[in-house]
Amino acid sequence: MHFVVCIKQVPEGTEVDIDPETGVLRREGADAKLNVYDTHALEAAVRLKEELGGTVTAVSMGPPQAEAVLREALMLGADSGYLLSDRVFAGADTLATSYTLAEAIRRLPPFDVIFCGMQTTDGDTAQVGPGIAELLNIPHVSYVTRIREMRAGAIAVDADTGYGIQTLRVKLPCLVTVTRAANQPRLPSYRLKQRTKDQPVTVWTSRHLAGADRSRFGLRGSPTQVERIFPPDRPTTRQMLAGTPDELSAGLIDRLREWRFL
Amino acid sequence: MSTIRVDVSRCTLCGECVAACPFDAVEIVQGALHFTEACRLCRICIRRCPQEALALEERPREHTERGTYRDVLIFAEQHEGHVHPVTYELIGKGLELARELGQKLHVVLIGSGVRVQADHLLAYGPATVYVFDHPDLRWFRIEPYTRAVVRVAQEIRPNIMLLGATPIGRSLAPRIAARLGTGLTADCTSLSVKPNGDLVQTRPAFGGNVMAQIVTPGHRPQMATIRYKVMAPARPVQAAPGRVVELLCDEDLLRTDIEVLGFTPYELDRGIEEADVIVAAGRGIGRAEGLALIGQLAELLGGAVGVTRPLVEQGWADHRQQVGMSGRTVRPRLYIACGISGAVQHVAGMRGAEHIVAINTDPEAPIFDVAHLGLVGDLYEIVPKLIDDLKEGAALHGLP
Repeated sequence: MHFVVCIKQVPEGTEVDIDPETGVLRREGADAKLNVYDTHALEAAVRLKEELGGTVTAVSMGPPQAEAVLREALMLGADSGYLLSDRVFAGADTLATSYTLAEAIRRLPPFDVIFCGMQTTDGDTAQVGPGIAELLNIPHVSYVTRIREMRAGAIAVDADTGYGIQTLRVKLPCLVTVTRAANQPRLPSYRLKQRTKDQPVTVWTSRHLAGADRSRFGLRGSPTQVERIFPPDRPTTRQMLAGTPDELSAGLIDRLREWRFL
Repeated sequence: MSTIRVDVSRCTLCGECVAACPFDAVEIVQGALHFTEACRLCRICIRRCPQEALALEERPREHTERGTYRDVLIFAEQHEGHVHPVTYELIGKGLELARELGQKLHVVLIGSGVRVQADHLLAYGPATVYVFDHPDLRWFRIEPYTRAVVRVAQEIRPNIMLLGATPIGRSLAPRIAARLGTGLTADCTSLSVKPNGDLVQTRPAFGGNVMAQIVTPGHRPQMATIRYKVMAPARPVQAAPGRVVELLCDEDLLRTDIEVLGFTPYELDRGIEEADVIVAAGRGIGRAEGLALIGQLAELLGGAVGVTRPLVEQGWADHRQQVGMSGRTVRPRLYIACGISGAVQHVAGMRGAEHIVAINTDPEAPIFDVAHLGLVGDLYEIVPKLIDDLKEGAALHGLP
């Protein structure tokens, strides 16, 4: 079995705002971490590997420092890591990102399941997983809450449709995106950390994706363009109350009566 | 630009093409075939013509093909015959955009036994409701649903295409966009059009700390998913001149590698989007047990419990309870924020509430900027007192 896991390095927080004077984006705290949903994707793959045998390949697109999340993936049980890093990949929207990841995955040994986190905590789009599946022409299931079993050329999963839980059997190869309910990720293992500390992460540039359409990478391959950014507006009307808990409770109850909740 | 060319020496005015046209775009006027503006160049008439009198006339292409795409197409999500309410919001916004561009709105509906829902949707004013109605389409499965929407999109070539940012919409839209090779903007909270037909898509970015305005200048259709409960829903119109077009569900369309083994609906869970009252907890509750207190208050007010993202990430609450950018957008009549600092990504999901109350120890917390009533104090002192007072009031007056 070969499991591929797509992961992303994201900012630690989203403490970003816009300088009201200059209109320039201020990004504080450059700390980066592995997207939390991707830890569940990795866990799902590693558990299946432990049960059925096989290998787990982690793939990420990003700047050179994104190697850190691939190292983390190795500590969490991935067998190898691939970093897609090239200036021509930069500025990619979700379509160009899906294309680049799909082109890389095509060049890996044949896979059975691709796992993605349900979304990233920085982009929040949930679009890249389905995009990869489309470009590889395989079925996908989003918002998987449970991996049931994998046998006879298919994987059985539960997925959140917004109305309830659908139990599905999907033929391999396929792609699933997992929610945080899917499993409890393990912590990075010290043993694996020691064992993998000298293991190289493979870096692929656009040259390694020979045959791919370069015009579909990065900014050039991105149909969407950010025209401008601006701060969200805030409403202004408010009344503040301070006092003892009794006074505050009474004040709130008065308003609830006024608003006809009581 | 292209048109259909008629070889008048061959045409017998037999009317085959008039009958075959899915868009009613072919007319016989004063002894000659006439193609109206409704023609989508689908070429069905060319294939049907027994005299081979029709052909596609290619004219030199414009710099881009943008101009050949027109109208707005929306995806009507339904589950077991119930149309998702975001659909009416998409119709409302779609009609507004279409009107501004002098174009039309079309709807695509997919399911089993959904013809009656199609007629129902027609009352909201779209020009066309395209229906794929087949027992195999009862459950959402990605391959047939993608094919169905793409078929309509390729036929009518819409300028703009909108889906709800629901779990199904967010699974389906990126797949369609990748197949059509076009751009897609997730979770838009505002949409407008420029006079040239470009769709200006606004969505929160960086966790909602900034708003990003996004365009798709060189590709068509321009696709977006729209947050539920942000746009005003459409209302039924007096005269609804549109029509329902049932489309063929052939084997090619229905093919799938996904088998549905079962479905368990959420029990009595109307979802926090439907709640009139929401009592929400943030990081300020400090411990998972604090949620029980929040739950008590919610119950007394007949409401639901919402949470901020850190609580979901801690594993204290389910992601379906999460209010904010990466959770649900809610518009209750009353929202009580307990121990919530008011990070923009949270506020983006609740600012539409009619009445907002905030309880926080920090008088400078940004949540107070959006609250109509702010209580400065410790929620562990205020909320228990409030629960007591409400219970007492209920005992005295039989309320609430």
